[in-house]
Amino acid sequence: MTKPWRLGVDIGGTFTDVVLERGETRASVKVLTTYGAPEDAILQGIRTVCAQAGVAPGEIGQVIHGTTLATNALIERRGAKTALITTQGFRDVIEMRTESRFEQYDLNLKLPEPLLPRQRRYTLPERIGARGEVLIPLDRGAVAALADELAGAGYDSVAVGFLHSYLNETHERMVAEVLAERLPGAMVSLSCEVSPQMREYERFNTVVANAYIKPLMKSYLTRLKGRLGGEGLDCPVFLMHSGGGIISLENAAEFPVRLVESGPAGGAVFAADIAARHGLDKVLSFDMGGTTAKICLIKDQTPRTARVFEVARSYRFKKGSGMPISIPVIDMVEIGAGGGSLAHVDAMNQIRVGPESAGSEPGPASYGRGGDRPAVTDADLLLGRLDPQNFAGGSIALHPDRAAAALQSTLGDRLDMGTETAAFGLSEVVDENMANAARVHAVENGEDLSQYTMIAFGGAAPLHAARLCQKLGISRFLVPPGAGVGSAIGFLRAPFSFEATRSVYMRLGDFDAAVIRALFAELAGEATGFVRSCDATAPIGAEYKVYMRYTGQGWEIPVPLTAEEAAHPDAAVFQTRFEAEYEKLFARTVQGLDIEITVWAVNAATPSPETVPVPQSDETGAAVATGTRSLFDPALGKPLAASVTDRTTLAAGQTVTGPAVITEDETSVILPAGMTARARADGCIDIRTGEDT
Amino acid sequence: MSVSYQVMWNRLISVVEEQAQALVRTAFSTSVREAGDLSAGVYDDQGQMLAQAVTGTPGHVNAMADAVGHFIRRIGRENMYPGDVYITNDPWEGTGHLHDITVVTPSFYRDSFVGFFACTAHIVDIGGRGFGADANSVYEEGLYIPIMKFADRGEVDQTLIRIVRGNVREPDQLVGDIYALATCNEIGHRRLTNMMDEFALTDLSGIAAYILENSRRATIERIAALPRETASGRMEIDGYDTPITLAVKLAVQDDHMTCDFTGTSGVDKKGINVPHVYTKAYACYALKCAIAPEIPNNAASLAPFVISAPEGSILNAPHPAPVALRHVIGHLIPDTVYDALDQILPGRIPAEGAGSLCNFQVSLRPRTDAPAPPDAVRSEVLMFNSGGSGARSTLDGMNATAFPSGVMTMPAEATEHAGPVIIWRKELRPDSGGAGRYRGGLGQYMEVGAREGQEFDISLMFDRVDHPARGRHGGHPGGPTNVSLDDQTAMRGKGKQFVPHGRKVMMAFPGGAGYGAPSDRDPAEVKRDLARGYITPETAARDYGLSAQDIAAVAEAVRKGEAE
Repeated sequence: MTKPWRLGVDIGGTFTDVVLERGETRASVKVLTTYGAPEDAILQGIRTVCAQAGVAPGEIGQVIHGTTLATNALIERRGAKTALITTQGFRDVIEMRTESRFEQYDLNLKLPEPLLPRQRRYTLPERIGARGEVLIPLDRGAVAALADELAGAGYDSVAVGFLHSYLNETHERMVAEVLAERLPGAMVSLSCEVSPQMREYERFNTVVANAYIKPLMKSYLTRLKGRLGGEGLDCPVFLMHSGGGIISLENAAEFPVRLVESGPAGGAVFAADIAARHGLDKVLSFDMGGTTAKICLIKDQTPRTARVFEVARSYRFKKGSGMPISIPVIDMVEIGAGGGSLAHVDAMNQIRVGPESAGSEPGPASYGRGGDRPAVTDADLLLGRLDPQNFAGGSIALHPDRAAAALQSTLGDRLDMGTETAAFGLSEVVDENMANAARVHAVENGEDLSQYTMIAFGGAAPLHAARLCQKLGISRFLVPPGAGVGSAIGFLRAPFSFEATRSVYMRLGDFDAAVIRALFAELAGEATGFVRSCDATAPIGAEYKVYMRYTGQGWEIPVPLTAEEAAHPDAAVFQTRFEAEYEKLFARTVQGLDIEITVWAVNAATPSPETVPVPQSDETGAAVATGTRSLFDPALGKPLAASVTDRTTLAAGQTVTGPAVITEDETSVILPAGMTARARADGCIDIRTGEDT
Repeated sequence: MSVSYQVMWNRLISVVEEQAQALVRTAFSTSVREAGDLSAGVYDDQGQMLAQAVTGTPGHVNAMADAVGHFIRRIGRENMYPGDVYITNDPWEGTGHLHDITVVTPSFYRDSFVGFFACTAHIVDIGGRGFGADANSVYEEGLYIPIMKFADRGEVDQTLIRIVRGNVREPDQLVGDIYALATCNEIGHRRLTNMMDEFALTDLSGIAAYILENSRRATIERIAALPRETASGRMEIDGYDTPITLAVKLAVQDDHMTCDFTGTSGVDKKGINVPHVYTKAYACYALKCAIAPEIPNNAASLAPFVISAPEGSILNAPHPAPVALRHVIGHLIPDTVYDALDQILPGRIPAEGAGSLCNFQVSLRPRTDAPAPPDAVRSEVLMFNSGGSGARSTLDGMNATAFPSGVMTMPAEATEHAGPVIIWRKELRPDSGGAGRYRGGLGQYMEVGAREGQEFDISLMFDRVDHPARGRHGGHPGGPTNVSLDDQTAMRGKGKQFVPHGRKVMMAFPGGAGYGAPSDRDPAEVKRDLARGYITPETAARDYGLSAQDIAAVAEAVRKGEAE
């Protein structure tokens, strides 16, 4: 039996990417996203790739889909008519937020509006205590009366969030029962299911976000399934979730908030797959597009995950200006740094870049479409990184004179710098912004980046990767082929996975091995059962993790355990593991304090698709250059003569020595002096500092 | 040259942000880990602050800038070694009260001394009477730790640890926090070392000069752009037993601005006095927000704001005045400054707001009026909460949002895990935002009790009971603070008060004042406020003249679940 074809589909803000793949054979296409009916673009893309590959839709065995639709619905506030039912006395939790200002010095600060205005937030008398005990019982009659009120108002979706429901679900479940009886047309989301974690603001916000986008996403996914069937694709459809795993269409329709940031998650999975092929255990994934850059740490070919993500930041990507969503997510930082990011000079005569972006209209000054402020692309052009005649495969002619004028008037004249120095300054600032984001991210995770390899993809990344590596002390980076549709390829590399978690407090002083064994067994059963429902035959592996802290701290750190340690729990082992992780993160342990476990997690997953190691390519000599051009070297602070090589002419094993530019249709790989690139058998360009690889 | 300095300045700011983040992640007190009441900074070898993390506490800004100088003087440069960590909670040489622990760590690069890292955090208990207003001198307010070594060449002073443990109510928490503070500086030091490696620096003098010169020039440019005027302002507030007058005179000079609090009331008998460092911090913060908001805090950007208050006034209280609640008065300094600044910068200054954070500390214990159940415990629980901010000249005030402080509230769920307290209510307070063309931000209601078998003392730290926020240019005042027991027993705004078993404390926190005449408010905004329940129908009719017909239409829309 031949393997079936698999289809990856990524709906982004501008483009919908479709990738069809079987083994080493791949067809891909980018089509414009169709906002009114996103499935139209998908079908258009499917027809194109099927024609390219000569494949009938019926030969496709699996569709893996990721989308920004959920994120965009939250950002653009295009959700359903939604009500929140919460504990009496706590109507305004999602509006009062943390009661702080995310920007301390702005007297005219505007706080983001909550997803639901106050008149759509309802309360019921009930109360669960901090030990899970019932302080005020919930009266079913009161719930029924409220359900009738909501029915009269015509709500399509209802979120339920009660205090301490992560410890005791009974009240939320009773509301769900009554709503099912009296408001059968409305969709219901419970905080104890969507996000069973302590801290009411994050939990309520997450359940509200889920309820808000549920009707929209459920309807879209149902339509998509139907349209695919109509096209002859009656295979299973799965969704990429924000944690980098795959869930069923039904599960995604129930918990659509898990789809937030599924595109960037696919990018991280893409990088993880490249890492596996090249046998790299410590990878920094660097995805830089037109508006933002995403940076993610990938250890042992597995992207790091976190438990809270902030969506829809309203104030220059500033932390705290968005909505916190507590779901398992691939832990990445996203900052406003892309090819279109605009520069200006502030009151301290400091160059600032982003997060404001020139977008595609008018675009950077060099596009010649009326933009007169300098963007990162303009600086890249003047520093010799881009070929004005051959940008975007020659489809957009770049105007160096316009770029120079914008740089000179906005930066050069203010700072008494020449145009080239201004371009250098702009480029250095955006690179430093990204380097800082990467550094902070590494520190938060206790990692030393100097031992990492970077994988760079997205249109602007290969232009900036080398300088970023220099700033971060990274000595090697890879630029994979297919980087333009990296996220959609990533979807096809993701395992089926599910993380089951439970909040159960236990101090090491009260360590109870029997309880722990039972808890882990239950979680493993739940996680494995879910994965089995997606894939009936594949082997399923389980990973065990506990979140621990000193008693009295508020933030836990993840502590991985082996299956053996989970099966035979031992307090001394738990303590040793915790102290080792703590010391790695925070330099010193604290003596004489009790340690506690707060959250228990088991992640079940099918193995990642088999990766074929990329063979070592013996050096086969220098590649043939097609010409030379002047390339500014940021480390030396001056221009050098650089060779220019066409990527499509590179054969495996051929080398290029910097200063050099390797050109391709969508981008160019910049190689400063002192770096050497070698083409690998899989089409990756492998760049290292030093004389040879 | 200039490009690499630009990069290094950015880097130092990111270093201190990382430093602050490490503190949040490792701290024990909810005031630090949930509320962000902390700060972190990096200094050159002279003790000049080069960068400071923007955290919840403007109150630490100048205080932190001055603190390192005191450490250099007290410890002596010749006694500083790699591995050293210094500590104090001196209110006058640290950040204004014994509940703030400041930790300073010298930074050595390749064995030569290059600068300092410092951080400060507000801890829940330091012994004494407990956090509150009632002390008659600083000696009653808790354990005093003079500037001294916490660790000497890596060796932690175990005698100090024992003394600390023996004097406070939550010893594990405090010792854990001190370790977290030391960790925070260590993280900063590691990142600085990496930066110096990368840029091949051997000292910080070049980058320090660049940062300070650019900041000084930018700040002076902003001041020079102001009209050369003087203006006076004053505000009366509750105080402890008797009202207090805060008075200020501002003068714009060529290259600096003076802010003098002559005319302000004298030192109070109770613990609401403000050390001068803290007055400087909030006065300077108020001026910076209005005049030079985007210039990062460092020694040079703060210097052109020259703040003074007569010694012996409540805003320059000498040792041994009690100062535990210096923040209650300190947080009202910006509104006082703005009373004057509005005359110099008309149209840019907000109306008065709640000002002080609405904090309280609950000291729980097993009930004493009847046998207590075996699971009743002793516990200290601190909560930070906010009233409404004042309306702006083009925007409503912010609901239940701190200003000038920027700390976060603690989640009710996290608070209830910290001790046997029960938060029965925490939600917006309708009608508390002062009416105006732009409405003041709403205050909030809170109701607090304890688990079965517990009784407690509650230490209240509220102002604006008798002196609500005043409106600007025709705006109405915000709602005042109200506090009582659920059986209607009246309570005072400040001081420790007993709450018997089974009783709850009912609190209404103040709203911000309005800006401009209510009659000028857009009727659509009035209807929106009514639909959301920010105002009641009575207020809509009385203050804004909304017709009975419009009010009925809004009620019908709400019944149908319609939103604007």
